[in-house]
Amino acid sequence: MSVLPLVALVGNPNAGKSALFNALTGARQKLGNYPGVTVERKAGRLALADGRPVELVDLPGTYSLNAASPDELVTRDVVMGRQAGERRPDALVIVVDASNLDNHLRFALELIALGLPTIVALNMVDLATRDGLELDAAVLARELGVPVIATVAVRKRGLDHLREELGGLLGSAAPEAKALPPERDFDVVRGEARRIARAAIVRETPSRRLTAAVDRVALHPVFGLLLLLGLLFVMFQAVYAWSEAPIAMIEGLAEAAATATRDALPDGMLRSFLVDGVINGVGSVVVFLPQILILFFFILMLEATGYMVRAAFLMDGIMAKVGLSGRAFIPLLSSFACAIPGIMATRTIADPKDRLTTILIAPLMTCSARLPVYAVIIGAFIPARDVLPGVGLQGFVLFCLYVAGIIGAMLVALILRMTVTKGASGGFLMEMPKYQWPRPQDILLGLWQRAIIFLKRAGTIIFTSTVILWVLLSYPKPPEGSAISQVDYSIAGRIAGGLNVILEPIGFNRDISLALIPAMAAREVAVSALATVYSIDAGDDEALLERSLGDRLKDQWPLPTALAFLAWFIFAPQCISTIAVTRRETNGWKWPLFMLGYLFVLAYVAAGITFWTATALGLS
Amino acid sequence: MRLTELPLRQPAFVDLIDWSVLSPSEGQRLREFGLCEGASVEALHHGGLWGKGPIACKVGRMTIAMRRNHAAAVTVRTGPDAAP
Ligand SMILES: Nc1nc2c(ncn2[C@@H]2O[C@H](COP(=O)(O)OP(=O)(O)O)[C@@H](O)[C@H]2O)c(=O)[nH]1
Ligand SMILES: [Mg+2]
Repeated sequence: MSVLPLVALVGNPNAGKSALFNALTGARQKLGNYPGVTVERKAGRLALADGRPVELVDLPGTYSLNAASPDELVTRDVVMGRQAGERRPDALVIVVDASNLDNHLRFALELIALGLPTIVALNMVDLATRDGLELDAAVLARELGVPVIATVAVRKRGLDHLREELGGLLGSAAPEAKALPPERDFDVVRGEARRIARAAIVRETPSRRLTAAVDRVALHPVFGLLLLLGLLFVMFQAVYAWSEAPIAMIEGLAEAAATATRDALPDGMLRSFLVDGVINGVGSVVVFLPQILILFFFILMLEATGYMVRAAFLMDGIMAKVGLSGRAFIPLLSSFACAIPGIMATRTIADPKDRLTTILIAPLMTCSARLPVYAVIIGAFIPARDVLPGVGLQGFVLFCLYVAGIIGAMLVALILRMTVTKGASGGFLMEMPKYQWPRPQDILLGLWQRAIIFLKRAGTIIFTSTVILWVLLSYPKPPEGSAISQVDYSIAGRIAGGLNVILEPIGFNRDISLALIPAMAAREVAVSALATVYSIDAGDDEALLERSLGDRLKDQWPLPTALAFLAWFIFAPQCISTIAVTRRETNGWKWPLFMLGYLFVLAYVAAGITFWTATALGLS
Repeated sequence: MRLTELPLRQPAFVDLIDWSVLSPSEGQRLREFGLCEGASVEALHHGGLWGKGPIACKVGRMTIAMRRNHAAAVTVRTGPDAAP
């Protein structure tokens, strides 16, 4: 097979490279990794105007070829033809932000000097127009000596033109490798960039600047923080308020499936496996899909609108107090959805100790896998009444759990920065992108991808651990007429009995011990495990089978136990994927094991304190 | 005056930057953001409750955020003949 020509998208962060990449390649993209580094390689196939295929790669954004972070190193090495696992691109598409030409042209000049066939995509011309800026692409092309094409990546404008031009560029004979040009003085290149930018401006009328107006509130030391807190609060209320109807629907479906299976199959192992293990076990987790999607919806919106960086700005003062920078706030906020993308997002943090600290505390942010656990317990034990008009007690408790995770993370960061990750703080320097209204398609695509990932998890990790648990719970069978229950007699029951010696002091009962073992795989398995335990425990008792998991928990657990269980999950380290990604990102087992250890200790202590306090207060 | 003392939304130009306050990589990043002698700057927002948080400022056409200790390394000029 002949190798396709390779075209690389390069440019400053936020120039619109990824948007252009998506528009040019459609959904057909391949994710991989560059060997030896943990930087993602995003490649896709693009058809030129005449139908010839080329391979397009989306390189990490960087401000210059003087790389600072691991991401930026990859970009530099690829365009210079030095990156292992990547051939030198046959052409470059340099993406520049039309409303920030001075800056983006400097890097463009640096790239053009490399001598590869090059096209400049003058992107975001729509935003430039919104801000009253009119540019002349022809002047730019003349000054830069390469074709310049005006594009609006998100509206797919200018793409055909770009494909055509690229075809012409790649049609000519294969480029001979040029020697790298001598490095030019930074200030000289900048001066030239500024001159060219000025020359290209046709008209510049001051106009309403949306971003400046919004920032007056969003970055205000008082109102900005209130707004941020308000947004987070609305997010957690919505997780409950918007999810009722879809959850009821999924529950209805699961129940119907269980009833149909029970009616269709004779009583026996297969029926028990399908009903207790598959439908009740996995179903009890799938039910949380709506809540998880609502959470992701908010996070995707915060990112796509440009608000996330404002949140980092607001939080920098507080983060500095624990030895981190506001930049760490972005991966931490994504960790609310899932620690894995959060930990991967720490790659943009250049300072190694800042980055390590952020990785280590990321699992303390309440990820969406904890939501099923919290939701079941809160639903069962916290009354659904309003504490204030429009503010539900259940949502409020959920909010408090999130806050507890944040406070825990800050304290841990403070201690880590004084001990294992001691060192000077890395500072805070960030570009603040313009606000914009995200396109519904982008948000929907993001939600769709999340839903698929979640359902895959439910179908693999959660399904497997639930099935194993079901087997361990179902065998061996107690002798006929024995007074010992099936669960107690089973292998799992005996293991849990042993574990219970350690967990009893913090108020955990046998069922929790049982649920915590398979939950080592993923936190939400705790819920499916409880569902399986109770389903088997109920045996053929129709009345018991009818009752929901929440009702059964309420019958069997004292309130202090339920609260201790919640406290455990604020810190619980149970997630194989997080451990694996931490190993990958820190290149070894030292830090993931450290993380596992400290989280277990914290979970135990927090659950213990909660249980003893609640008991002492006489809550029940 | 220092960038930290510049009144909000008053256009100014960078007079001098004390690069010794910044680490090489921070200096590099600031230069890449377009902050250099002669660049136009405008302080937009001071973060933090007691004015101790970072500063958001406009440099050329870009808005950037930086901490106060870094902003204090930047000396600015205002007034009719401040432009380079
Ligand atoms: N209005 C407008 N927004 C754009 C355009 N291109 C990209 N964006 C948006 O700008 C933001 C940054 O784009 P992205 O592709 O992530 O930039 P990257 O960092 O270069 O990959 C995203 O919110 C995009 O939706 C464009 O041409 N017009
Ligand atoms: Mg990108």
